[in-house]
Amino acid sequence: MSDGLDIVGLSAWYGTDRVLADVQMEIRPGQVTAIIGPSGCGKSTLLRCLNRMHEELPNARATGSVMFGDWDLYAPDSDPTDVRLHIGMVFQRPNPFPTMTVFENVVAGLKLRGHYDRVNLKERAEQAMRQAGVWDELKDRLNKPGGRLSGGQQQRLCIARALAVEPQVLLMDEPASALDPISTQLVEDTIVQLKNEVTIVIVTHNMQQAARISDRTAFMLRESAERPAALIEIDDTRQMFTKPIDKRTEAYITGRFG
Amino acid sequence: MSELRPPTRLKSVALRKAKSAAFTGLLWLTGAIAMVPLVLIIGYVLIKGTPVMSGAFFTQTAPPPGMPGGGMAQAFMGTGLIVGIGTLFSVPLGVLTAVYLSEYGRGRLATVVRFVAEILLSTPSIVAGAFIWAVVVTTMHSFSAIAGSIALTVLMWPIITRATEETLRLVPNDLREAALALGVPRWKMVLRIVIPTAGSGILTAVMLAVARGFGETAPILLTSLGNDFINTNPLQPTDAVPLRIYNYAQSAFTQWQSLAWGGAVSLLAAVLVLSIGARILSDRQQRRLG
Ligand SMILES: Nc1ncnc2c1ncn2[C@@H]1O[C@H](COP(=O)(O)OP(=O)(O)O)[C@@H](O)[C@H]1O
Ligand SMILES: [Mg+2]
Repeated sequence: MSDGLDIVGLSAWYGTDRVLADVQMEIRPGQVTAIIGPSGCGKSTLLRCLNRMHEELPNARATGSVMFGDWDLYAPDSDPTDVRLHIGMVFQRPNPFPTMTVFENVVAGLKLRGHYDRVNLKERAEQAMRQAGVWDELKDRLNKPGGRLSGGQQQRLCIARALAVEPQVLLMDEPASALDPISTQLVEDTIVQLKNEVTIVIVTHNMQQAARISDRTAFMLRESAERPAALIEIDDTRQMFTKPIDKRTEAYITGRFG
Repeated sequence: MSELRPPTRLKSVALRKAKSAAFTGLLWLTGAIAMVPLVLIIGYVLIKGTPVMSGAFFTQTAPPPGMPGGGMAQAFMGTGLIVGIGTLFSVPLGVLTAVYLSEYGRGRLATVVRFVAEILLSTPSIVAGAFIWAVVVTTMHSFSAIAGSIALTVLMWPIITRATEETLRLVPNDLREAALALGVPRWKMVLRIVIPTAGSGILTAVMLAVARGFGETAPILLTSLGNDFINTNPLQPTDAVPLRIYNYAQSAFTQWQSLAWGGAVSLLAAVLVLSIGARILSDRQQRRLG
């Protein structure tokens, strides 16, 4: 089983705007952790800090530690590309490579990194596509362009692409927010099936979704634009949705704001 | 009063329709007028130039003064040589600069590079020719095809840089992020994802630059000089189609003047093919990314 992530004193900035301040949070291995909170409260920023994608944006930087086993992802000698080899990511908007076929998209990570076994490529692609719930739909269209699929198929293709490199942690930023109900269902099934094999962190604005698929839920809030966002509460999902400790969590969950 | 309304409104609708039709007609007319010079130029050049275009036109050199026949093979060869080497220089340079500007350049150096490209883009070509004459021709003690290629590089590099940077910026950022998130190093992401996605846009940029290179006269005159005979040595003075047109158009011999028109047809055809090709490619690219 994979390691979890231990976030210690993590801060993040866009230019001079400090969005996260000293966040502490534990992501348990082999579980699904959902991050919920109103729009703009720093969920995506936090998620992108976990595989060091945050710093790819202009003027964005982060400090602190994210422990992955005994590896501090933010140590000076830690290479962001190494980090991303182990911690994969699925984005809100499907982003298949338009110049590649379905098959090439799925194995893109393996090929672009150069460590792969040509014989195994097909097997790995099939396995990843089965996990992502697109194998049956796309197995006869492996050589068609990846950009010509429906939105839901594109997103599941992107999930297969992220899984094909066998990450230990998978970060998902509102992966179903642009999808139809059937595709959403398939994405949720994928997440539930992957549990125990892959540690999953999912940002979602859909509280029912968090309740359905996650083991633990974190609630974040940015109370004013002048102040950084904070992690208000993190607990077992059932506990969070039935007896939250913080009254702001309760207010959010019962729909009184956000 | 209220019974008067319907006819009034009908009348005003009719009036508005008429106005609209008149305005549309006016716009069509303006468009048509804009087409007139192009059609006239192409038509006139074709009428003057096509009669001389035979096999000999492309395979033979100049006829003796006052004699019929002959062609400008040495000019076609020379243009191929000069523009070919110029393309070989300017494509890698231009594409690399564009990649630097679009994918890496955030600091002061990027601003300077962009500024230099901007200045070169609007530099009169004869200035580029004079500069290369001073720097290359005088140090090599000879006019040469390669000096012409370098002069063309000065003109083609900024065109390729600017147009390629624009297409690279059209590549959605989502794709860069997708590649980076797979643990792909930045340079490989650029090479394997960004450049292929921008592919036909880059080809468009190259075609536009080559079209420009075909037509340049002044910088070639100052650097490659011209040559009455076929030359394939890049270090020797070399002929070019626009140079030959320039020389023959001024001559007193009608056959030479006809050959100049034939050269004009060839240039026009090459430039049209490149521009239309570039246009088709960029439309296709936009549809693919849109
Ligand atoms: N690229 C960016 N540049 C500057 N500020 C940003 C950028 N992305 C997000 N922010 C700011 O950071 C805060 C958190 O954003 P984000 O992490 O995207 O929130 P969420 O995902 O919870 O909606 C917001 O206030 C937003 O305005
Ligand atoms: Mg977000």
